[in-house]
Amino acid sequence: MSDNPGSPAIQTRGLTRRFGDLVAVDHLDLSVPRGQVYGFLGPNGCGKSTTIRMLCGLLLPSDGDIRVLDLDIPRQAETLKQHIGYMTQSFSLYRDLSVRENLEFVARLFGLSRARRRQRLDELFQTYRLEALSEQLAGTLSGGQRQRLALAAAVLNEPELLFLDEPTSAVDPQSRRDFWDVLFGLADSGTTLLVSTHYMDEAERCHRLAILQQGELVAEGSPDQLKQRMEAVSLLVETDRPRRAQHALDGLEGVRSCAQIGATLRVLVDDEAALAPVRQRVRTVDPDAGVNVTDVNLEDVFVAATLARARHGEAQ
Amino acid sequence: MIGFSPRRLWAVVTKELRQLKRDRLTYAMIVGIPIMQLLLFGYAINMDVRHLPAAVVDQAHSSRSRQVIDELHQARVFDFLHAPTTADQAQRLLRAGDIKVILVVPADFEHRLTTDQPPLQLIVDGSDQVVQQAARQLSQFPVRAYLNGQSLSPPAAQVAVVAYYNPDREAPLNTVPGLIGVILTMTMVMFTAIALVREREHGNQEFLITTPLSSAELTLGKVLPFIAIGLIQTSLVLLLGKLIFQVPVRGPLLDLYLAALVFIVASLALGILISTVVRSQFQAMQAAIFTFLPQILLSGFMFPFEGMPRPAQWFAEILPLTHFVRLSRGIMLRGADLSSLWPELLALTVFSVVALSVAILRVNKRLD
Ligand SMILES: Nc1ncnc2c1ncn2[C@@H]1O[C@H](COP(=O)(O)OP(=O)(O)O)[C@@H](O)[C@H]1O
Ligand SMILES: [Mg+2]
Repeated sequence: MSDNPGSPAIQTRGLTRRFGDLVAVDHLDLSVPRGQVYGFLGPNGCGKSTTIRMLCGLLLPSDGDIRVLDLDIPRQAETLKQHIGYMTQSFSLYRDLSVRENLEFVARLFGLSRARRRQRLDELFQTYRLEALSEQLAGTLSGGQRQRLALAAAVLNEPELLFLDEPTSAVDPQSRRDFWDVLFGLADSGTTLLVSTHYMDEAERCHRLAILQQGELVAEGSPDQLKQRMEAVSLLVETDRPRRAQHALDGLEGVRSCAQIGATLRVLVDDEAALAPVRQRVRTVDPDAGVNVTDVNLEDVFVAATLARARHGEAQ
Repeated sequence: MIGFSPRRLWAVVTKELRQLKRDRLTYAMIVGIPIMQLLLFGYAINMDVRHLPAAVVDQAHSSRSRQVIDELHQARVFDFLHAPTTADQAQRLLRAGDIKVILVVPADFEHRLTTDQPPLQLIVDGSDQVVQQAARQLSQFPVRAYLNGQSLSPPAAQVAVVAYYNPDREAPLNTVPGLIGVILTMTMVMFTAIALVREREHGNQEFLITTPLSSAELTLGKVLPFIAIGLIQTSLVLLLGKLIFQVPVRGPLLDLYLAALVFIVASLALGILISTVVRSQFQAMQAAIFTFLPQILLSGFMFPFEGMPRPAQWFAEILPLTHFVRLSRGIMLRGADLSSLWPELLALTVFSVVALSVAILRVNKRLD
């Protein structure tokens, strides 16, 4: 499949999926380069899983073209299966089989010989720290352990392209960090990864990102590009009365959004010209409040992108 | 297309067996259902009637009338508790509910035997279905043949009576062959439908679709262990039927197993078809019971096929159990072999092919 290393791992044009009247994925144009960690960022229900399922050939698109690893999907989906791995959003291995039995089963589905099976399982046990758990039933594993097992199963056939659908939604922060280290290890060895998430910190770590909103692509690029391209400024308001300050900013010209984070308020404004009016308003409720320009983060990008789309929708 | 791989099929089969080994409940049901049903139908749900309280009004007082009464008494369908002389007395007992049946031997009994007139009269409590049925049985009692026969060759006449009236032996004898089919229907259809749906309900299928495993390999791999289970159940019922109720296999044993095998396949096909229609394990169970009821009621297992209205008979011809009941009764009781029963085998085969074809057309729909 690597006969054409220059081509993108995934390319879609006008990819659309409808469920009755609902448009779950709406004319998506994607291009995912090889050997990178590519993120799908978006809230629940924005169409991440549906898109991944179509890319794997699990679900037929209503409209549009898909090329994955230079294969025409869904037509060549059977061939694709040998070269991809898919870690589903919910645990999809057998709870009444042990860790070893689950991996053994998957290895046999991929046609590994007995010797190769043993070797590959040993590798996976080591990489994913499963040795001590190998005889335990999958149903009795903790969230993090289960997730490592699912990843081991998804990469068992050494796929060129790995799909991970919200892989860290059921694990603790430490396990999440460990997990991402493993993902980068896979990317370093040449695997292309497509990871969906709704965590900003995870999105920040991706090489590139697509931000989805109600089935539409609202922004795309590397995290830095996205921040630079953003035509908005972020202000940090330090105040003892964040809630009252937030109310005070309601409806002020140039203010796009306002979010309380601990004792601070993050305010997204059109440009620096809004700094003075915001400062003035905030000081009507808290004369000691500090209001300064701060670095934009990915959350701001996300908010700006989704707001822009909403406004665009209203204008129509 | 990757095609069909026996290795992947075997991977699924061994995985299923592993899971089955851990599933104590299913395990228990595989053995428990046949034993429970056999004992239930063999002992408790005895559809032949015995020991109905009865009275005799013998107006003939001949040696032959006494002989017939005695024979009926030994058949144990009726317990002649009272021997009132007059019809009036008997009717009072019937009205009071002390007895359910009055057997009247008319004064011209001897004369009637030589004519077409019925020689005996039964007055029954018509409010009781069971009694009516017993009376219908009795109306087939070959009084003339019996009396004539005895004068010519007593052993033959005895056999005729035993065949009609020995409920102790007859009920399990008629029930067990069909019961094999009932048990197989229950377990095969329900277990396969549930097993196949479970994979979907637990989300296993979403992962499996991205492996090279095809849906044919998956389905077949999940269903194959049930063929072995079905044959084990068949053996269990045959063995217990023989040990407890002395139910014979008069025809070739191999033919019986072949018939069971074909029937198992038909039931599995039905289970597979159900699994493609329903969405949850609970629905699968409901659908299995939905197909189970008409089979048990219309197949001839519970009620005589000939007694059913025509449309019901036509409908029953679609049901696999109808054909298996004929096969198993033919082989076990009449000593027939498959060559004389091939239309039933053909019917089961057609059923399997149609059910599987529809199922395959439905399965090829990916996840949507
Ligand atoms: N099989 C389905 N039938 C009907 N609607 C669906 C189906 N799958 C997903 N949807 C709908 O499509 C939208 C996108 O879902 P999904 O792709 O699962 O979102 P995400 O993974 O981003 O949370 C949701 O509104 C969801 O309800
Ligand atoms: Mg999802």
